[in-house]
Amino acid sequence: MADTQAVSFYRVYVWQVPVRLYHWLNAICVLVLIVTGFLIGKPLAIIYSTEAYQQYWFGTVRFIHFVTAFIFFFNFLIRIYWGFVGNKYARWNNFIPFKKAHFEEIKEVLKVDILQSKAQGIISIGHNMLAGVTYFLSFLVFLFQVCTGFALYSSMSGSFLPKLFAWVIPAMGGDFAVRQWHHIFMWFFVVFTIIHVYLVFYHDYVEGRGTTSSMVGGWKFEREDVLK
Amino acid sequence: MVKKLPSIWEAMQTKGYSRRDFMRFCSMAAAVAGVKVSGMASVVHAFEKKPRPPVVWLHFQECTCCSESFIRSSHPIVSDVVFDYLSLDYTETLQAAAGHQAEKCLHDTMKNNAGKYILLVEGSVPMKDDGVYCTIGGRSAEDILKEAAKDAAAVIAWGSCASNGCIQAANPNPTNATPIHKIISKPVINVPGCPPIGDVMTAVITHVLVFGKIPDLDGQGRPKEFYGRRVHDTCYRRPYYDAGMFVEAWDDDKARKGYCLYKMGCRGPVTYNACSVTRWNEGTSYPIQSGHGCIGCSENGFWDNGPFYRHLASFPGFGIETTADTVGTVVGVAAAAGVTAHAVTTHIRKKKIVNDRIERSVTDREPKKEGGEE
Repeated sequence: MADTQAVSFYRVYVWQVPVRLYHWLNAICVLVLIVTGFLIGKPLAIIYSTEAYQQYWFGTVRFIHFVTAFIFFFNFLIRIYWGFVGNKYARWNNFIPFKKAHFEEIKEVLKVDILQSKAQGIISIGHNMLAGVTYFLSFLVFLFQVCTGFALYSSMSGSFLPKLFAWVIPAMGGDFAVRQWHHIFMWFFVVFTIIHVYLVFYHDYVEGRGTTSSMVGGWKFEREDVLK
Repeated sequence: MVKKLPSIWEAMQTKGYSRRDFMRFCSMAAAVAGVKVSGMASVVHAFEKKPRPPVVWLHFQECTCCSESFIRSSHPIVSDVVFDYLSLDYTETLQAAAGHQAEKCLHDTMKNNAGKYILLVEGSVPMKDDGVYCTIGGRSAEDILKEAAKDAAAVIAWGSCASNGCIQAANPNPTNATPIHKIISKPVINVPGCPPIGDVMTAVITHVLVFGKIPDLDGQGRPKEFYGRRVHDTCYRRPYYDAGMFVEAWDDDKARKGYCLYKMGCRGPVTYNACSVTRWNEGTSYPIQSGHGCIGCSENGFWDNGPFYRHLASFPGFGIETTADTVGTVVGVAAAAGVTAHAVTTHIRKKKIVNDRIERSVTDREPKKEGGEE
């Protein structure tokens, strides 16, 4: 250990404002969609009046779900746009591995995460490649939820956007099947959130680069020798 | 058979109906088919002039509930259409002829009216083992269907069997029961339901008769006028749904008060049909009105969509009582447990990690002289 050189850290501006806004808006939307989605799937027995016209809580829950879905969708579109115009940490190629180095990094992060070994190579300051791939997969799930959700919504809406997804219903064999899949994929978000939040804390801890606070302030820290 | 077929008006006259009866029948038919008042003239014209088209009604793998429903169409004058005024030339269930006579009847109709007859099909077609599971007169259902469909002016699939396979096609589908639109290449009007509503059946056939063309169909080949909306959308219990007032058990107070059956697995919200508007048996009632949830009988694959009294289907491969929520909860708990275990391991290694971090960082701007020591 004696030969270990003490090093300086430099600030790196990683997450631009749109990225951070997207992240938190998305987090709120997902949370609201999960809670309201659960309630729609399995409504609580809340009855506080004697006649139907005196209460409307279930309608309100559904309304919140639909409105949030629209916000979620447009927020997602903005993030995709930012993937082409944002800084290098926000760009689309952070999410799709195609170089050998990318796969090396995935292996490296898997070792750090699962075997809890010390990082040998360099883990990217932006999304590490494993995180990038996971986010890419989650984008696909977003897309799936958007398609199935709007498809289900299309039969009760006259608007243009949901109607665009009406073809999903016959393609998947009917509303029941679409609803079932929409529900199953909701669980992806639950599991994703648990693991995502934990790994943020874990990487913050083992990397010591300010992973957690970076999504608030945008700054991360990188060793001088890595930056060169 | 070769002589010109009489029009419906002509046929009615021979049976002693008056012009007034005829006009009543026309307006009834127009209303059922959803024709505007301004379109009445074309209806009258069609029934006065057009020769009544011969109809061939084939039965394959089915239970005849469609026929049963059809003969209970609520407006007698409309159901008379088919039995008196249409020329129902071949239908296994109702025809008087049998054996070779019946087969001859079918072939004469197809030969003499090529391109003019309407083909109605009830039941699915088994495709496995060369179709041995359903044969009539020594020929497989597939053979008969293909031959009959070749020269048909229009093809209507009656019921869920013909439209999407229904119970014969339910998992594991031992005979490979196949809906007819997957067998013939012509456009097919799917009129799903187990059975479909009699009035809807009459209306669809009236539409074809009056306009001589296929009605507007949706993505699944169903007439939009009857399958455009969900049972849920026009359900009289819908206000209870929006209010969040649900029946929790079959014999609870809420069931007695007629609250929404959503939590009892009612498929109304995922089923496209006209039940809550047209209702059944002369508009008497429909399942939800009778206190039972909709089972979604007009939807594709409804037998495989899990127990009727639950919203989520059983999750394949995990036993019959397992839903997506059970699987999801297990996976979620497993993730939480994994994360906790990971956190514990990390904590055990804490000292090593922290020391390593301290070594590799600086606490002051200037590295200490004795920094390399330790």
